[in-house]
Amino acid sequence: MANYDLSDDSVVVVIGSGAGGGTLANELCQKGIKVVLLEAGKRYGENDFVNDEWDSFGQLSWLDKRTTSGTWRVAKDFAGLPAWICKTVGGSTVHWAGASLRFQEHEFKTRTVYGDVEGATLLDWPISLQDLEPYYDKAEDKMGTTRTHGIPGLPGNNNFKVMYTGAKRLGYKNVNTGRMSINSRARDGRPACQQIGFCFQGCKSGAKWSTLVTEIPAAEATGKLDLRTQAQALQIEHDADGKVSGVLYADKDGNRQLQKARVICVAGNSIETPRLLLNSASAQHPDGLANSSGQVGRNYMRHMTGSVYATFDKPVNMYRGTTMAGIITDESINDPARGFVGGYEMETLSLGLPFMAAFLDPGAWGRGFAEAMEGYDHMAGMWLVGEDMPQASNRITLHESETDQFGLPVPNVNFDDHANDIAMRNHAFKQGSAVYEAVGATNVYETPPYPSTHNLGTCRMSEKPQDGVCNKWGQTHELANLFISDGSQFTTGAAENPTLTIVTLAIRQADYIAEQMGQKSI
Amino acid sequence: MSAKGMNRRQFLQSSSLAAGATVAATSGAAAQGMGLKALDDHSGRTLLKMTRDLYPHDTLADLYYMVVVEVLDAEAAGNDDTARLIKDGVAKLDGAMGVNFVDLSEGNRLAVLEAMESDPFFQKVRGTTVVALYNDPLVWRHFGYEGPSFEYGGYIDRGFDDLRWVGEPSADASPKAG
Repeated sequence: MANYDLSDDSVVVVIGSGAGGGTLANELCQKGIKVVLLEAGKRYGENDFVNDEWDSFGQLSWLDKRTTSGTWRVAKDFAGLPAWICKTVGGSTVHWAGASLRFQEHEFKTRTVYGDVEGATLLDWPISLQDLEPYYDKAEDKMGTTRTHGIPGLPGNNNFKVMYTGAKRLGYKNVNTGRMSINSRARDGRPACQQIGFCFQGCKSGAKWSTLVTEIPAAEATGKLDLRTQAQALQIEHDADGKVSGVLYADKDGNRQLQKARVICVAGNSIETPRLLLNSASAQHPDGLANSSGQVGRNYMRHMTGSVYATFDKPVNMYRGTTMAGIITDESINDPARGFVGGYEMETLSLGLPFMAAFLDPGAWGRGFAEAMEGYDHMAGMWLVGEDMPQASNRITLHESETDQFGLPVPNVNFDDHANDIAMRNHAFKQGSAVYEAVGATNVYETPPYPSTHNLGTCRMSEKPQDGVCNKWGQTHELANLFISDGSQFTTGAAENPTLTIVTLAIRQADYIAEQMGQKSI
Repeated sequence: MSAKGMNRRQFLQSSSLAAGATVAATSGAAAQGMGLKALDDHSGRTLLKMTRDLYPHDTLADLYYMVVVEVLDAEAAGNDDTARLIKDGVAKLDGAMGVNFVDLSEGNRLAVLEAMESDPFFQKVRGTTVVALYNDPLVWRHFGYEGPSFEYGGYIDRGFDDLRWVGEPSADASPKAG
């Protein structure tokens, strides 16, 4: 592994080793570019992961202090935990379920297609599906996504069988085990899935793609990667002539270090990325870096989510096998006749008994709740995930008084559901319930959103500098050598799970950065 | 690092998810049967009654609820604020109707608990119970949850698709395992 000097100002510094940062770092290293990758968490391997929900939660989660506000139910149920994401090498690709769906063409043009939705800050992406298609193709190949590149789908588990039966009885056409970046056959040094379950707890067999398993080892093999773990970025510094110049970070011993840089790419997920820019305010950039538009932190999206669980007369044992290999895509279209714009996916989901108790109906107690839990092994479950409306007031800000272990303001996450989000969730609850009722469900439970796993927007791409933070390459409008490299760049959220698109954008961004460095533009 | 430890505690206090990490750290040490360190016997019996009322599974023996009480006891032993919260909370339960909580009818106990839902003591006991009770591997068996599977080779040969009360999906929707 490389070991660059702190004063080496020829390196690219990537902050965060998840889907965006981990992929970008590898792609740059493959091109021979020197990369310092700063990761706030520790590095674990497959042998370290545990098939135990609470132990794994403590091992992998980002638990630094955060606050919440707004009318969303997460602020009430999980006031100190707005997001369920990871602090570890590999970031939240260690925790993700593997669903790998391309965005649809219209989802890049929401302002045009959906029109002027009151209270929403919809905007067309400065790129189209056609721009991304060659990169989606590369991402799916890299990740080994099933049902692409000749890779067979995964076998359906018991939870999928129940979903499939209900979906077909309801007349849904598109239901299968989905496009998953979990191997159905051994491929690229990773084994076939053993149907372990515990996809969220770090895949112990390595069948699931993650930057931890695939991208970072590949980057290390080039000799170009300097990965620094337990390195928490605190501030980005800049020089007088409009360029960023280095990253101040706390190392594993808590000592402050300043790494000089030629290019800086921020991929800390959609809460930490804007927080870092806001915490980097200076005399020249009093509102934070790349924020003269006032857009940094705004338009935070977290997907319309919810779950439906249902009990049946006979056992299901939904927790056995791949957690999310099952999908109905019929509702992902844009059909405003349903009473909302945008669409949603219906995906199999299961929780183990400990997390089912925590999430089925947060705060609930008494006989009704206990009876629901008694049905656990007779239960099937699905997650509902759809496009939520961007809103200027859904926003990451710096807390006025609370600070973290480094003395920096903690982020506050403010969120209100838009009327469109509420109408979509209502429709999704009804349709999800109907799927299970068609199979003879005895009880159906509508479960409210978990802490956000899909955190999007907050530094969005825009054609015009006043509408967003970065351009179509993720390059900030204001500082040519500062890039946004994670889901924060999403202009709008689409209905699909975001990881595939984050990886796709990172591959594309790496090409652009290499080209710009070659031309000495940055 | 102490700074980090403090931050974690702050998180634990701020979130109802919180109890999870605490329980994971303490439940292993809990002895079978109630050997209370910080709480008196009356508090222990009151909490046992309360935890059963919160998550009533009639066929689960008291033993499993005692594990929860011991988690609360261990926390009280290490934290004066928690000890005071529990002591005062038990007094509130007993004072609500002028009859000790453990001697109230089930209907009256529920009325007392419902009136206390927003009380920090109630929140503490409920949050701890919902994690500690359902995080006990011995309790998992009662619910048919099989727990860790990696060491047994996952479910690829152990029933991940053994459900037979609905038809089989098409091979296109659900290919055979490779």
